[in-house]
Amino acid sequence: MLAMNYRGPYRVRADEKPMPKILHPEDAIVRVTRSCICGSDLHLYHGMVPDTRVGMTFGHEFCGIVEEVGPAVRNLKAGDHVLVPFNIACGKCHFCRQGLFGNCHESNAQATAVGGIYGYSHTAGGYDGGQAQFVRVPYADVGPTVIPDWMDPDDAVLLTDVVPTGYQAAEMGGITPGDTVVVFGAGPVGLMAARSAWLFGAGRVIVIDHLDYRLEFARSFGPAEVYNFREIDDVVVFLKKQTDSLGADVCIDAVGGDAAGNALQWLFGTKLKLEAGNAIALHWAINSVKKGGIVSMVGVYGPTGNMIPIGNVVNKGITIRANQASVKRLLPRLIDHIRAGHINPKAMITHRVPLTDVADAYHIFASKLDGCIKPVLLPHGA
Amino acid sequence: MTKALVDTSAIPGWGVDADPRNDPTYPMRHIEDQDGRGLTWSRPPLQEPDVEILQSIEHNRLPAVLGTSTPPRGLSGMIRRYAFRRSESDWWHWLLLMGADRINVVEGVAQDLAGGKVPNVPGEMGARAEWRHNRKGFLLKTGAIVAVGAVAMALARRGGKQQAREQERISSPEQESAAFDDAG
Repeated sequence: MLAMNYRGPYRVRADEKPMPKILHPEDAIVRVTRSCICGSDLHLYHGMVPDTRVGMTFGHEFCGIVEEVGPAVRNLKAGDHVLVPFNIACGKCHFCRQGLFGNCHESNAQATAVGGIYGYSHTAGGYDGGQAQFVRVPYADVGPTVIPDWMDPDDAVLLTDVVPTGYQAAEMGGITPGDTVVVFGAGPVGLMAARSAWLFGAGRVIVIDHLDYRLEFARSFGPAEVYNFREIDDVVVFLKKQTDSLGADVCIDAVGGDAAGNALQWLFGTKLKLEAGNAIALHWAINSVKKGGIVSMVGVYGPTGNMIPIGNVVNKGITIRANQASVKRLLPRLIDHIRAGHINPKAMITHRVPLTDVADAYHIFASKLDGCIKPVLLPHGA
Repeated sequence: MTKALVDTSAIPGWGVDADPRNDPTYPMRHIEDQDGRGLTWSRPPLQEPDVEILQSIEHNRLPAVLGTSTPPRGLSGMIRRYAFRRSESDWWHWLLLMGADRINVVEGVAQDLAGGKVPNVPGEMGARAEWRHNRKGFLLKTGAIVAVGAVAMALARRGGKQQAREQERISSPEQESAAFDDAG
């Protein structure tokens, strides 16, 4: 079968690889119909995540047709069209039972800090991902959800990560009606966080980025006030001035370690990799939120450490809430929101690329070329 | 303090999820569903690993399912095995893994060549997309690579010529002694 093949930082290609096999009674094999490149895949692509091995297949946002199921699978059958949450979750452990499906304790041998994630290095379990024609899906009775007949598969594939992650970012913000919410990052997750903030009753939504084409999109998709930080002398001062000097009620870091915007962080975090990525978005979030406010983090960072103003977290009495999205927990509500027309995720898809051109797709997305917001790979062609 | 820039009544679904129970621990964690502490849950069937799995020392047992992509091997594999003697809290664990990742890239090229495949590095880096969508950048990058290559080649050639001259001088003792005589 054809699959994306990681060869090193900034180098990927499509290669023939062996078909995946059922290795556990609760496994399924899924024939992938759509697979997105996620902004967090770019952390892998840029060589920022430890234990990213050459030869691995990335891809944690995918949907497809069930090809085969293991002997213990009860809820799925061959031929079902399913969306597959990016979290590999057993549904039985201490964490899954509390709805923390992103923190499953039965899916990642290599680390305890994060549950298993498809195609996301050995730090997230060492599973090959869905940027392939076929993929092994563990715990098939828990994560995969049959796509409703009425749902556009383009919406379905975005429900596997970007929509729930953006939604959970707003949810963790503890937004109360009328709140001012600042979202750092106008990538797909930031866009969904901005859109979701209104569902929780926000009174004002501000999006900060440095790419004008993405800010323009955020202006209508949010809808949101948008500002380019390259045109602002000091982002924190600017946001304070926008909020009577008090700071925003809620700040959301929807960027993570691949941020732009600070030479020192860029040098230590992005280039020298002495930090777990460039944490300038989180730095701004902490300093821009009001005293007693909430910083919600869904941006992905590496497992080491970062330079952030932790003293201000204490002095300002900030609550930081963070997690990988618990996709399964949120799916019923998000499916309802799509059906009711409250959100329209597929509007973010700008590029459809056959898997054979995966190197071009990664480069376009990583370099923000051609107005790219969200690329979708088509493993079996158009 | 809130500027009314948006007519919220025009936003579909505005406020539908506003929830007074949205306190700092709700709904990330359903505390009410916590039933017992420790490793007490009934486990799924256990996967028998057929490849080498490195295990965090913070786990006291292997999880029930395992990822089997790209098992450790070669020099990078040796470094990874060593790294897994240390905890996730130890910076060396991660720095060793990052080092192994870089070595693994070289191993990957060697593996390609050993399999009779010369990796198309520009293609793998998306050069075609760069040419299509950022021609100026493509030309600048290509120009920079060519310039660096030309300088490197010129330096290498100069070094080679110098070495040849040295060699010639050493292998011609008459000239050397003549030069010595002149100096004397």
